Order: sequence, then structure tokens, then C-alpha cells
Amino acid sequence: MQTHQYDVVIVGAGGAGMRAALESSKEARTAVISKLYPTRSHTGAAQGGMAAALANVEDDNWEWHTFDTVKGGDYLVDQDAAEILAKEAIESVLDLERMGLPFNRTPEGKIDQRRFGGHTRDHGQSAVRRACYAADRTGHMILQTLYQNCVKQDVEFFNEFYVLDLITDHDLTTEEIAAGEEVNATGVVAYDLATGEIHVFQAKAIIFATGGAGKIFKTTSNAHTLTGDGMALAYRRGLPLEDMEFFQFHPTGLAGLGILLSEAARGEGGILRNSEGERFMERYAPTIKDLAPRDIVARSMANEVREGRGAGPNKDYVLLDLTHLEPAHIDAKLPDITEFARTYLGIEPYTEPVPVYPTAHYAMGGVPTNVQGEVLRDGVNVVKGLYAAGEVACVSVHGSNRLGTNSLLDINVFGKRSGRAAAAYAKTASFHELPADPAARVVAQLDEMRNRPDGERVADIRKALQDTMDLNAQVFRTGESLNQALADIRELQKRYRNASVQDKGKLFNTDLLEAIELGFLLDIAEVTVVAAINRKESRGGHYREDFPDRDDTNYMLHTMAYRRPPEASDKAEGHVKGFFDHVEEFDGYKVVLGSKPVIQTRYEPMERKY
Amino acid sequence: MTATLEAPAPAAGEIPSFTVTLRVRRFNPEVSDEATWQDFTVEAHGTDRILDALHKIKWDEDGSLTFRRSCAHGVCGSDAMRINGRNRLACKTLLKDVNPDKPITVEPIKGLPVVKDLVVDMEPFFASYREIMPFLITTGNEPSKERYQSPEDRARFDDTTKCILCAACTSSCPVFWTDGQYFGPAAIVNAHRFIFDSRDEGGSQRLEILNDKEGVWRCRTTFNCTEACPRGIEVTKAIQEVKRAMITRAF
Repeated sequence: MQTHQYDVVIVGAGGAGMRAALESSKEARTAVISKLYPTRSHTGAAQGGMAAALANVEDDNWEWHTFDTVKGGDYLVDQDAAEILAKEAIESVLDLERMGLPFNRTPEGKIDQRRFGGHTRDHGQSAVRRACYAADRTGHMILQTLYQNCVKQDVEFFNEFYVLDLITDHDLTTEEIAAGEEVNATGVVAYDLATGEIHVFQAKAIIFATGGAGKIFKTTSNAHTLTGDGMALAYRRGLPLEDMEFFQFHPTGLAGLGILLSEAARGEGGILRNSEGERFMERYAPTIKDLAPRDIVARSMANEVREGRGAGPNKDYVLLDLTHLEPAHIDAKLPDITEFARTYLGIEPYTEPVPVYPTAHYAMGGVPTNVQGEVLRDGVNVVKGLYAAGEVACVSVHGSNRLGTNSLLDINVFGKRSGRAAAAYAKTASFHELPADPAARVVAQLDEMRNRPDGERVADIRKALQDTMDLNAQVFRTGESLNQALADIRELQKRYRNASVQDKGKLFNTDLLEAIELGFLLDIAEVTVVAAINRKESRGGHYREDFPDRDDTNYMLHTMAYRRPPEASDKAEGHVKGFFDHVEEFDGYKVVLGSKPVIQTRYEPMERKY
Repeated sequence: MTATLEAPAPAAGEIPSFTVTLRVRRFNPEVSDEATWQDFTVEAHGTDRILDALHKIKWDEDGSLTFRRSCAHGVCGSDAMRINGRNRLACKTLLKDVNPDKPITVEPIKGLPVVKDLVVDMEPFFASYREIMPFLITTGNEPSKERYQSPEDRARFDDTTKCILCAACTSSCPVFWTDGQYFGPAAIVNAHRFIFDSRDEGGSQRLEILNDKEGVWRCRTTFNCTEACPRGIEVTKAIQEVKRAMITRAF
């Protein structure tokens, strides 16, 4: 076992992690620990753009952007955070340009901008060009640019290191912490994939930037490595997860494969059609049609299929039509996604419409933070020295549905903020003592998994999980379907205790790591479904057919989910009788729900029409 | 409600499932110093890629089979490997396109130390990348707004911005195989990306680095790199442009 000491440890080297590192490494001794080489991170798969009201091509301002973000999130957005997001967007884009990011340009040489779903001029009048972009590989360019600047700044990386535990100086799963009492994050425990060695990192400040958890679903745009590690580690250590029932299904995944085709395809003029060739979005969102927010488009598509207007032999997808666009325009603006259609489905988008269906894409929920990126341990108090940014976090700027191009923005704005805040805190703080054997839990967990003789296959349990999530907790949900998913997850959590790996070695044991990741997935699926069962309304990405309307009277609150031992209290902060008081018993623990108020500044909730 | 793989679209070409044999180069230093070939036969669907077949082996048959992967659609650069003797991304190579009638050989990319099975040590590759100063170098005050760049100037280096650092090019280069010190195509591509960026002022430093005996002049113009690039970058052309810049630009 090796021990390291850093002022700031950043977990994850995607956009948020590296953006944070560029700030904190200027001020404090910083290490970035990443399960992948930084340039492999899934930020690189983002395509369409990054929103900022630069007004380079038409009239725009950050207040409109704030409004769109709040409305897009179906009013569950914390409006103070959304305001920061939209305001600081402009500087964030300019930061990236100065770092060297090769944005597409207008004829005058300014950063070019294009339309994207839910982004409008003057509070919904019409679609606005707000997305700054680099062809359909904006995320790739952001990831490369941030890594390039980390090389320039000589940021220290620990690549292919898996963080498997978070260390705090209080056990939040069992201890009752008095209000105002300090809880500190003191370090993380990591597993070096190449050698199988354990590394303990003691740190004054820790930033979680571990990304999403799309692999709880079968059909997803997410990488195999997006297994919710950071969320699950926080949850296991007694920290709450916020708004996990809200998962975004991106409308245009390649049918059957889930590979993302950017919304930019529609921003550039692409049209969704059903089997009858009808532009069906005209019926669902008469004003902005195909550029309605993702939750609305995804639901409309699923509804077309359900009502028998799906295309294909099984009538189970709709068509993304680009055939009316000039091939030269497609090549200039959408080269990568059209190549995906050719490579993976053998479809030529110049002449044929592309089969698409919603694909699990983005977790709106996550580890709750304030606008400085500090992680909350309940509705109010923070864990000192612990930060989170990007998809792992919930600020909450996305509310119940994220607008396209707001996630590349989120990682830049809140990555930068949390990097600065962590470094500033580390300068004033001292190291806290680690427990006697900080790696004990991780070592025991790995040994148990590695040494368990013939058990169940990890892949079988994972497949069962993904199948039930796709079937029961996707675009359309009911109390019945969610309870089925919950029953399945309970069973799978039990089966997981008997899972075993075939590779018993020390070196580059990906078999072992996949087994550990499955544990994270099960925990994230569990909390997603419990929160979804409790929320008996439809809002943003969470659609309950048995409760099809939004219910602001009872549910205009963020869900806060805690995992606790069976003997602990059934009441969590924000307990609201009949609405946020749900408890689900599991084998050896329970999930307790509470709530947190939504911060509203200037926008009153309205009916959401586009 | 999900469209599934079991029901591919006719428009996508109705290709029935088939069996395919993968002949995989195995190496595990914990078990033996020798690398061996091992055959696996799996059921595959029409749209399955090499990566899907590798996953089937790992998940259903032999959990110890080791390879890197992440995004699974050709943008993260994790799974470059040698497939039927050619460098490709496993997630971008459809089984039906590499003649599944015969065993498909799958080996680690060449020229980098093999760690286990299809996993190589990427550190020497990234070290070369870091050496060419892969970041924008400017002097003077930072502008308060964006730097302007004409669409033509932006287009000048577009091709080389596509690089995902998968190492398919560098590890297909015969010069790199025999001389691991050679910077290799990927590092030169990334130097090109900045040398031809109108905003950059570090071109002469980079050209000086690449004028080294392990620099661009070692390129023998075999076009292996261009053929290998999963992003369709004209790698050899980029290297030629860097050579030309070295001759024409004073530094």
C-alpha cells in the first residue's frame, strides 16, 4: 500500500475534473486520479455544442438563457445556480477559446453559434443561435483542449487508478451529527489497475468529477465506464443523492444501439418523421417543433411508436430525416454523426432517413452541492473539503430535464468554480488524520470479490439490471413498472453478494473492476427507482403515466435520498408527510427519502409549452 | 419500449446472426512469459463489432480476457488493436466487414510493451505527444473577447484536430516498430494541429523539436498511418506538410 498527500485531489479527468485541475493546480498541490486516460473520458463524446449568450450571430442575453434553463428543467431548477450558469457561460467559452479550442467561426471570424433544443429568444418566442460549437465534436475539442492545457500546466495525473472509497472523519451512515458540527472529507482510497496495488490519498480538499451512470440502462449513449462510481461512493458513505429519479433520454440514439446522434442534427434542420412520413413534432410542440427540449421530444417519439406509427419491420423506431439538407452542409456541420449512421447501420444520411430511438443519456440528479461546488450532507450543511462538479453533481442547474449544450457548460462553469473553491479552502485548512487502516474496507471488498469461488457471472446480473431498467424505468413509467424494477433490483442486490470473477490475478484485472462497478450500478439503480416511485407526478424527464400532470403543490421539492442502517430513523431532513417520507427496506439497510426546497428567484412556475 | 438489437431494421440491411471465430493473442505475465493464440467462437449479430465479440467472450466465457474500451463508438480511442493484421478500433470494426468466414485475428498494437492480452503500455506514446508542446502558445496580452480567426484559417488545421490519440497510426508505423524513440505520426499530427493554427506562435519551437534525428525526417512515407487512422485523418499528408514547413519557414 502506498500513501500520498496532496492539497487537492480530483477524482475524474473528464471536462469537470480537468477544468477544476487547471484552477486548483495553479494555487495548490493537486493530483488528478482517473480510471481512464484523460482523453478517453466521455466528455469527448459530446457533440453539438456549449451554450453561451455571446450574441455573435443574433440578439441574445444571459437572462433569456437563464429562463430557458429554468423552463427546460420544468421549474425544478435552482434559479440562483441557473443564473450563475448562464452568466458565467460567456467567460467560460472565451476561456476555452483562449486556451486554443478550435471553434467553428462566422465569416467575420467570431465564434459561430447554432440552434439547439429549448434555447429561445425572448422567453420562448423562437429558437435562438446560442450553441458555440466545433462541428459535431465540441466535446472532443473541449476534452482535448483541457488536456492540452493540463500538459502545459504540468498537472499531475494518476491514470487508470480507480477510486473505491471516500474517507470522512465521521461515519455519516450511523452517527447522528449535531447541526453545525464539522464533518471533514480526509482522503480517498484508489486501486491501481496496472499493478493491483492500493493507494491512499490524504487530501485537504477532494473534488468528485466522476461523471454519470448511464450503464444502469441497456440502451444508452454512455460509455461502458460510466458506472456512477462517485455517486455510489458518496451514497454508501451516508451522503444523500439528489433528484436521482430524473434521467434524461436523448431522443436520437441510433435505433437498437443507443449511439448518440446530436441534437445539432435538428439544430441544422433535421426533421423527425414517423412511419407515415409525418413531421409529428408539429403536433407536440407547435412553436419550436423538433427543437423542443429532449424530454418532450423523447416522449413524443415513444408515443408515436406506442400508437403504431413507428417505422421499420417492428415499428419500433422513428426516422431522423436529413435528406433535404445539402451534403456539403452535412459534411461541414455534422460529419461525425453521419459517419456513425454509415458505419453502424449502413445508412447513407444524404439519401436515407436514419432510424432513431431515445437512449439513456444523462443523470440530472447526483451528489448535492451548493454553487461553490461544496457537497451537502443534508439539506443545509456541507462536508468540509468535499466538492463535486459535472454530471456526478446536482447543483441543480438542470432541474428535472437538462437542455442540450448545458452540460458542456456545466462542467466548465462548475468545474472552474469547484477547482477555485477547493484550492482556496486547501490553503487555509490543514490535513485531518486518517483512520488507522484507511484502506481496510476496500481491501476487504476486493479480496472478498477476488477470492469468492464459483459464483454468479457479473455480466448476467448486469444484463438483468439493464433489462429491467429499460423495461420499467425508461421514458414511460408507472407505479407498477417501477415496483417491478424495485423488486428486481432487490433480488439482484442479493445475487450480487454471490457474484464472482474468473480473473484472480493482480495485473490489469478488468474482470474484478467490472464486478466492483456492477455494485455501483446496482446502488444507483436502486436509488433512482425508489425516488421515482415516490414522485407521484410527471415533470421533465420523469413521466408517470399514472400521474401525468405536474404537481407543484406537493412535489416542487428536490428529492434527497439517504441509505441508512435498518435501525436508524425513518425521518430525513425535509420529511413531508405523505410526499417525501418514503422508506424502502433492503436486505441489511434501508433507503430513506427527504427533500430540499427549490430555490426560486425571478421566475414563477408556468405551464410548460413550446 | 426499447428498440433492440434482436430486431435490426431492414433498412439497416437484414443480416442474420452468424458464428464467428476470434483468434486472440493472449499474454499474462502472471501465468507465463510466452504469448499464445487462443480461439473463441461466438454467436454474432449483423451489426456486431469486434468489441461486441470480445465482450461476449469476456462476459460469457473467459473473464480474464483483457482489453481497454470505453465509449464503444470510435471517439475515445481506447480500443485500438490489430485486427487481421490491420490497426483498427474494435468498436468501429463490424464483424461482417472483416470476413467472418475465417478466424479473425486480434492482437495488441505493435511497438509498445504488452501489459496483458490486448493491453499495451501507452506511456511512451503519451510521452512523445507531450514533448511536441501540444497546446496553444501565444505571446502578449490575452484578448478580452475571443481571438478572431477566419473560417479559412480555421479550416487549415481542421483535419488534425480530429485526433483521438488512439495510437493506431503510430503503432502501424514500421519506423516506430524498429525505433521506439521516433516521435511517431500521432505526435506529429498534434504538432501539425498547432503549427497550422493561425492563432499559435510556437510553431518554430515545435519545428525545432521535430527537426531532431527522431523527428519528422524519419518518416518513410509508407502511408500505413493514413490507412490506420480511424478518424480518417490524412496523417501522411500532415507529416509532409510539417516537413515542408521546416524547409520553408525560418526558425
